[in-house]
Amino acid sequence: MSVNSSQKAIEMVGVNKWYGPLQVLKGIDLDVSRGEHIVLCGPSGSGKSTLIRCINHLEEIQQGRISVNGTELSQKGTNADHIRRDVGMVFQQFNLFPHLTVLENCMLAQRRVRKTSAAEAKDKAMRHLERVHIAEQAQKYPAQLSGGQQQRVAIARALCMDPKIMLFDEPTSALDPEMVKEVLDTMISLADGGITMICVTHEMGFARAVAHRVIFMDRGEIIESAKPDAFFSNPSHERTRAFLSQILNH
Amino acid sequence: MNYSFDFTPVLAAWPMLLEGILGTLRMSSLSMVFGLTLGIVFMMMRMSRQPVLRTIAIGYIELIRNTPILVQVFFVFFGMPAIGLRLSGEQAAILAMTLNCGAYAAEIVRGGVQSIRPGQIEAGRALGLHTADIYRFIVFRPAIRAVYPALCSQFILMMLNSSLVSSVSAEELTYFAQTLDSQTFRSFEIYLTLGVIYLVLSQFFSAALSMIGRVYFSYPTK
Ligand SMILES: Nc1ncnc2c1ncn2[C@@H]1O[C@H](COP(=O)(O)OP(=O)(O)OP(=O)(O)O)[C@@H](O)[C@H]1O
Ligand SMILES: [Mg+2]
Repeated sequence: MSVNSSQKAIEMVGVNKWYGPLQVLKGIDLDVSRGEHIVLCGPSGSGKSTLIRCINHLEEIQQGRISVNGTELSQKGTNADHIRRDVGMVFQQFNLFPHLTVLENCMLAQRRVRKTSAAEAKDKAMRHLERVHIAEQAQKYPAQLSGGQQQRVAIARALCMDPKIMLFDEPTSALDPEMVKEVLDTMISLADGGITMICVTHEMGFARAVAHRVIFMDRGEIIESAKPDAFFSNPSHERTRAFLSQILNH
Repeated sequence: MNYSFDFTPVLAAWPMLLEGILGTLRMSSLSMVFGLTLGIVFMMMRMSRQPVLRTIAIGYIELIRNTPILVQVFFVFFGMPAIGLRLSGEQAAILAMTLNCGAYAAEIVRGGVQSIRPGQIEAGRALGLHTADIYRFIVFRPAIRAVYPALCSQFILMMLNSSLVSSVSAEELTYFAQTLDSQTFRSFEIYLTLGVIYLVLSQFFSAALSMIGRVYFSYPTK
């Protein structure tokens, strides 16, 4: 994949982050091209969530630079709102708003952030809900849906903002096994649409199917970054091998 | 004991009692609405990152919650004219009860806001919503729902406490009962009736508030 700066969706240079005395990101350098799909994996506590949460400034970094579509994120996050317009996020716990219907969940930010008219916001919400095959549940409340359905709504909600980049933080980890597939299928079709995507997941089938690169993190560092084939068949680092044997035998 | 009970003078004074009931309803309802609004403002100050705002809010909340409500009522009615604020009995009553209710509501609502999972706020931020919108559209309703029973008890307590404002001639139920007592000397009958009316009023408030709650918070949860 040839990369010049105008094609970069995300650029992280020398990113360091601490929680108190604990350094959780250590010298992270990462370029993500437009349309690239990255799967991020690594042991618990290695800093995967922290890394992707820095991209839309849910977390502050202490050192380094992060640019999104050519706009550098200022240290204090003064332009975070600007960057968040281009970046959608899906969480492990769905985080749907319980007091709003599925449709209202998908309309709120369109109305308040994009100032879209109610009719237009509803139109777009319904289009994306259809895309994730859940339009018939539009009038229900989150608590009335299964976990897999809720996560698909969360994806639709993010898509309603026309993000150029989607961040997923273990989107299937809180799901019962029988619901994992419906969410992964949704994500695969999204990837086919050409959106830029960073996905924290241990679903290695998904990684093989859509990832251009798989990145392995351990203790706050990027240890290995490779195409899925090479990553799975021939990892170059001992820690990656140990990690893979753990999750693949699991 | 040769006191002969006679409720007829009490019952005959029903227009006066009705006016008292309306006065109590009016003052309590207004103080609830204003008090909740004020409480939300002070809750936000209390949770703000600005030390000055936080200190003001804490000072106010502690002051109100650690002084008798009667003293607060007296201060507003008798004390404020010294700084140029001369209020009628009813205005002073509403102001004092609003201030009182605001402090308690602030603490109750704060508990509700703290019960909201951080993921809710993060989801709002990730969608690009501003802090004010996050509070208004995402946090507020589930937060109030979480503490609604506590808020309702506080409101009912305030309605009952409103009997104290008779002492600054605010024309509510207890004020009229006292007037009637001084005219008829039927203290036993009057205050027994008064107690029953307050009992009915709190039942009424309780039912009305829980109906509002059912309408406003009707969304299902797991
Ligand atoms: N708010 C916080 N305050 C202090 N330490 C934190 C905080 N959030 C995360 N950490 C620590 O930072 C490190 C990285 O956490 P992070 O959540 O990014 O890991 P992760 O790779 O996503 O792990 P998991 O697979 O369990 O989700 C961990 O050691 C964690 O304990
Ligand atoms: Mg994580």
